[in-house]
Amino acid sequence: MIAQQLLNGLFLGAVYSLFAVGYTLVFGVLDILNLAHAAIFTAAAFTAFSLSMAGVPLPLALIAAAIVAGIMGILLDRVAFAPLRARNAGTLVPLISSIGVAIVIGAVLRGIYGIDERHFTTGGLDTAPAIHAGPLTFTIVELTIFLSAIALMLVLSWVLRSTSLGRRIRAVGQDRIAAALLGINLEATVAATFFIASALGGAAGVLTALRYDSITLDMGGPIELKGLAVIILGGMGSVTGAVIGGFILGAVETLAVVFGLSAWRDAILFGVMFVLLVARPTGLFGKRALRAA
Amino acid sequence: MSALLDFYAKHSRLIDQIGVNAILALSLSVSLQAGQLALAQAAFMGIAAYVSAILALNAHWPLPATILTAAIVSSVVAALLAYPVRGLRGVFLAIATIGFAEIVRVIANNLAITGGAEGLSGIPNDATTPVIYGSLAIVAAALFVLSRTKFALAVALVREDEHAARGVGVDVGAIRTYSLALGGAIAGLAGALYAHASFFITPADFGFAEMEKILVWCVVGGVTSPAGAVLGATTLSILPEAIRFLADYREIFNGIILLGVILFAPGGLASLWRRRAVRP
Repeated sequence: MIAQQLLNGLFLGAVYSLFAVGYTLVFGVLDILNLAHAAIFTAAAFTAFSLSMAGVPLPLALIAAAIVAGIMGILLDRVAFAPLRARNAGTLVPLISSIGVAIVIGAVLRGIYGIDERHFTTGGLDTAPAIHAGPLTFTIVELTIFLSAIALMLVLSWVLRSTSLGRRIRAVGQDRIAAALLGINLEATVAATFFIASALGGAAGVLTALRYDSITLDMGGPIELKGLAVIILGGMGSVTGAVIGGFILGAVETLAVVFGLSAWRDAILFGVMFVLLVARPTGLFGKRALRAA
Repeated sequence: MSALLDFYAKHSRLIDQIGVNAILALSLSVSLQAGQLALAQAAFMGIAAYVSAILALNAHWPLPATILTAAIVSSVVAALLAYPVRGLRGVFLAIATIGFAEIVRVIANNLAITGGAEGLSGIPNDATTPVIYGSLAIVAAALFVLSRTKFALAVALVREDEHAARGVGVDVGAIRTYSLALGGAIAGLAGALYAHASFFITPADFGFAEMEKILVWCVVGGVTSPAGAVLGATTLSILPEAIRFLADYREIFNGIILLGVILFAPGGLASLWRRRAVRP
């Protein structure tokens, strides 16, 4: 029973992690809390839905929706963050302008799709064959979602560690002005950061929609706030921390069900986050110093 | 005159909502003026809404007593919250207070006395339009008087430069606590009025979506002045109703106006005709 729940937690956690790495990447590089991340997550799920309705196979729809989400991320930066960066508006004003973009995205989605819940009608998602491995049971869909999330995070980790783009992103994250002085194209690097972060957030949206075979306008609400807890747990700006934080959240949520605490699990989660913020603002795994805004 | 009464009869609910929203925006502007982005206003509102509703339903207290008690409870909770978060600034303060608000919502969702997810219904509908606008007038007048005192000066100093404030002997911690508590009291007043102007309340009424709305009203109107907060709340509460024909798309304008104000009028709508240097 517990082993099965831990496995479920692993599946759930992979998607939380995928959402949170994009969330925390933008914070690590730009010190911005991007509250439009969840809106892009939702928009990507609807994009994949429309594509699959048009007959595009699901794996292709996932990739295409992630790319659309990435482009939305670049536009988000151009509209909501770049003008503020140019006038050094601090870190709180961008937080508010990202709410503006989230409102616009939400209104457009509501206008296009209405308020009804949507399902992928490709069929077979809920009747996918179950795999039995000893006492554990899972579906091929769950396994695919898990492996896709892990693969995307590995790609991100490789890009950040071993490519010239990754070095540029990390340099901008450490010191924007010094990076620009060294000849790094600041705006191009920021655009790439937003593309990567939003594409991953979008992929998390599609995978979440596939997992529950449900797409709704408010599907981003819970993960937006839980994602905050995850990146605080992991240390804001720490990509590795966000991955670990996501898996911890997945495990805690499924174990809360085992112990009959499911009604209180969010209170426990945010309680831990609150205590951690007050006692150790750098998170469990973060090394960054707390900054005043 | 009868045309006016007709208009009121048709729109009384919206008119009442605007009054409550304006008080909510004022409550957030108090903590924003001290430079604190504390995002727990919806939770303070919710705590007071439940306290006043429970007092009215179970103990049959009269309206003024429930409102006063509810505002005091919210204010005390806000002051208590100020202590643990005293070391947090900027986005970290924002996130901690969002977490606090979520905890409040989960508690309201699970307690028997708050009616769980279904909330409470049958609350006496006695917060009439004069009661709501009388409260708004009192809050606005009190904040206006306060803005002429040394306290307001200290608040502005804490916002602009905490170190300088300390340097001239301002107790920064106390100012932050007072402004959170005052904001909590005003949000509590709004919450109690909200409960008594609605037929029922549920935890979902006081979630992060409501908090975002309050913040948007403040920013659009102008963060550093009470007039701006009222202006923002009024404009953005009327707008979606005025453009009903756009149906599901109508919220789009709230987002566009918010972005437009941030990018082109950082002091908010109120700053457009009040040529004074104001910082968001």
